[in-house]
Amino acid sequence: MAQDVRKGFDEARGPAIDLHVEHTSFSVGGQAGHAVAVNGSIPGPLLRLQEGTDVRLAVHNMLGEDTSIHWHGLLLPFQLDGVPGVSFPGIKPGKTFVAEFPVRQSGTYWWHSHSGLQEQVGHYGPIVVDPAGGDSIEVTRDYVVVLSEFSPMHPHVIFDKLKKAEGYFNYQKRTWSDDYPLTDEERREWARMRMMPTDILDVTASTYTYLLNGHGPKDGLEYAFRPGERVRLRFINAGAMTFFNVRIPGLPMSVVHVDGQPVSPLEVDEFQIGPAETYDVVVEPGAIDAYTLVAEAMDRSGMGVATLASRPGARAAVPALRSPPILTMTDMGHGTMAHGGGAHAGHDMGGGNDTDTSGGMKMRDTSLLPPTVDAGVGMDMVAMNPVSGFDDPGLGLREVDHRVLTYADLKAAKRNKDPRRPSRRMEIHLTGNMERYMWSFDGKKFSAVADQPIRFAYNERVRVKLVNDTMMVHPIHLHGHFFELVNGAPEGHQPLKHTVAVQPGKSVEFDLTADEPGDWAFHCHLLYHMHAGMFQIVTVSTPSGDDA
Amino acid sequence: MILFPIVMAGALAIQEHQDHDAHAGHAPVAEQPTPPTSHDHRPGTQMPVEDPPAAQAMDHGDMSHDVMDHATMGHEMSAEPPTEKPERDHGGHQQMNHDMHAALQGDAQEVDHAAMGHAMPNDDNIPLAGPPAAAGSGPARAAIAIWGEKAMREAREELIEDTDGGTHLLVMADRVELRTDGRHESHLWDVQGWYGGDIDKLWVKSEGEGEFGGSLESADVEARWSHAIAAFFDAQVGIRQDLTGPERTYLAVGILGLAPYEFEVDATAYLSTKGEITARLEAEVDQRVTQRLILQPRAEVRLSAQDVPELGIGSGLSVVEAGLRLRYELSREFAPYIGVAHEWRVGRTGDLARAGGEDSSVTRLVAGVRAWF
Repeated sequence: MAQDVRKGFDEARGPAIDLHVEHTSFSVGGQAGHAVAVNGSIPGPLLRLQEGTDVRLAVHNMLGEDTSIHWHGLLLPFQLDGVPGVSFPGIKPGKTFVAEFPVRQSGTYWWHSHSGLQEQVGHYGPIVVDPAGGDSIEVTRDYVVVLSEFSPMHPHVIFDKLKKAEGYFNYQKRTWSDDYPLTDEERREWARMRMMPTDILDVTASTYTYLLNGHGPKDGLEYAFRPGERVRLRFINAGAMTFFNVRIPGLPMSVVHVDGQPVSPLEVDEFQIGPAETYDVVVEPGAIDAYTLVAEAMDRSGMGVATLASRPGARAAVPALRSPPILTMTDMGHGTMAHGGGAHAGHDMGGGNDTDTSGGMKMRDTSLLPPTVDAGVGMDMVAMNPVSGFDDPGLGLREVDHRVLTYADLKAAKRNKDPRRPSRRMEIHLTGNMERYMWSFDGKKFSAVADQPIRFAYNERVRVKLVNDTMMVHPIHLHGHFFELVNGAPEGHQPLKHTVAVQPGKSVEFDLTADEPGDWAFHCHLLYHMHAGMFQIVTVSTPSGDDA
Repeated sequence: MILFPIVMAGALAIQEHQDHDAHAGHAPVAEQPTPPTSHDHRPGTQMPVEDPPAAQAMDHGDMSHDVMDHATMGHEMSAEPPTEKPERDHGGHQQMNHDMHAALQGDAQEVDHAAMGHAMPNDDNIPLAGPPAAAGSGPARAAIAIWGEKAMREAREELIEDTDGGTHLLVMADRVELRTDGRHESHLWDVQGWYGGDIDKLWVKSEGEGEFGGSLESADVEARWSHAIAAFFDAQVGIRQDLTGPERTYLAVGILGLAPYEFEVDATAYLSTKGEITARLEAEVDQRVTQRLILQPRAEVRLSAQDVPELGIGSGLSVVEAGLRLRYELSREFAPYIGVAHEWRVGRTGDLARAGGEDSSVTRLVAGVRAWF
């Protein structure tokens, strides 16, 4: 095999940046496999852009197959958004695509392939846009932390295994000898429902090595600091399938940006980051000479590790993996019961009727669904009482005894631009069948609705509710827009996001001002869920009322 | 558990660390040479942003995004659905009047979120509605206007194929085993496979057994079309060909799936070319002792609607098999096992067996392998 590609990345500054996409190989922890790298490194180069300037990004396809780059979170004309079949035809082998546009925003974003499963094998990298007029967040050091995974298994093989054997990658299933806090009755109930309470992540450390800036846990990645300095860490989850729980034992983190957008600073000890999300935190290390940065996979099958080090080689203890979390009946959409005694238990989000969840679990009551949902073979569950998931810190964080972040805590630092109340509501159901590994919106794979996009009138303001009728958390991404989470934040300060995680059996609402005309991808950012059908097109008409 | 020994950073890692340390001081990446192929002269690649297509007539580039205030920009509300109730003064948010009836009557008052803490804002006065006429209709066409019908049609077709779950091929040896009842050694295979997508699959399966050194006792092969009919069940229809004994071909109609309590079931009725009706019901369930050690109880029942003397079958319940197999998954795909299986030939089928000088009840020790790819 050719020499392994370099881990970590260079910085590429505008106004003109060339990106060369090539086949390569990658190895970590003694495992090697095929990879796709951009400019010879994994992750690919950090694009350091300047708000208010024009940038010209030239993508050169050196592969023998089509490729593409989606600039995740950047506001730009839809035809430059980089989704083959939606925004453009894709980049053929040997061809170059040029995306030239004004940079209208600042913050932490990222880029990745939207072709096939290339994103899994290294085709991703960070974007940092420096604000016009200087950054209001004053720090001494400014680091990017790209979280991702590597598998020696080809991504098409991973998907094939998921299709053919439910739980293929899960070695934390219920057994006669497990330690899960389940009664015999609960075990029988899960079996009766043909559901796995241990299905936390579809793909696990049984094949994945978790990477920080391309470095495995044993590669000794260090972020240098001197005591007393303020350090900004820009976390980007470029993982294909992994929710990470991020913490730096002994060091509180002040969350200052989410998905590139400023929020009122919030101090936490741990937060969950879903695929495609970004979180910027500020830390002030110094009490000790090294801190371990832990990005633990949500199922706790493995972790990515780096060190904040005040001198080269300084190390702190690496905490052991914690016990794997387990789904509860709440995750089947049975309302607010049984949070396992976590801090957020019993936080009634209002509107919840007193559903009897104690017995007679109806796990697939299709009469609860709106007529827009096709309750076919692709749906194995219907959430009975899908309460808001905003106050849920995510699996694995419900029971920890330190401060965790929830979406309910987020508040936009700046006043949002559109004060209008939405003129209409719409509801989209996240649907799936674990056994068949089918995933979709409203029970319909993209192939069934490819000619029926979700349509918005230009500048229309709509409240969108996403209802998760599955037992998995889905990070849902709308291209080309930021939407406001309807999370109870003070008026005008609903937090802006481009990707929202919808907890199992729960719902979220966001307000969208559809002010970016064109065709945009809308999909689950779990790569193999998208590959299985959880994809749609959103079309925003032009100001004149035409298609873009 | 993975151990994370504290590793001294190797030379490369130190290099990396220094790269990061010197983050701000990074020299920009040198311009890479353009590959031999020249730039693709697609319309969009050269599009000056100052001269955007109609879609971009609203020039965001001119605005400072941070201070953009839609309220003061006099946005045309042409996108509003014509049937919509007029929006009420959203500038002056009134304290929420907790009279839900008023809200339901369309008295669009803004909920005071702050006063309600983390309670969700009330949606009741926002109508659940489809898109207004101004949203347009039909397929997404925006990209076609820029990149052309043909290029986008091909890319769209590829996208649909790429987000549809694909077609897959499974080949599985569920049971391939050696068996002994203490006097005779025999072998058995129970293999199956499918090719297809989420809804429709072609299934092929074969079962057979025989003694070593002797002829096959039984063997058949089936081809079935399988169609998903419920979340956990497929309906199947196909043909079965017996490979031993008197010539028989059957029409097979069955149900295959996962029953409550995670029993894998396969129930099939057969109609032979001689008009005989028989049925097989199989059920098995995996009991995990550990993550890799799995105990699998398995039961099979055969039924017949009539006597078929030349096949040794009597009407009614004809054969009952019960087995217990303990396998160890060296990998998910490869698991050797040992077990015990008991077979009863009952009723008139038992009579026929005994009349032929065979035992109607046999216990066998089995050892085999379960494998798939």
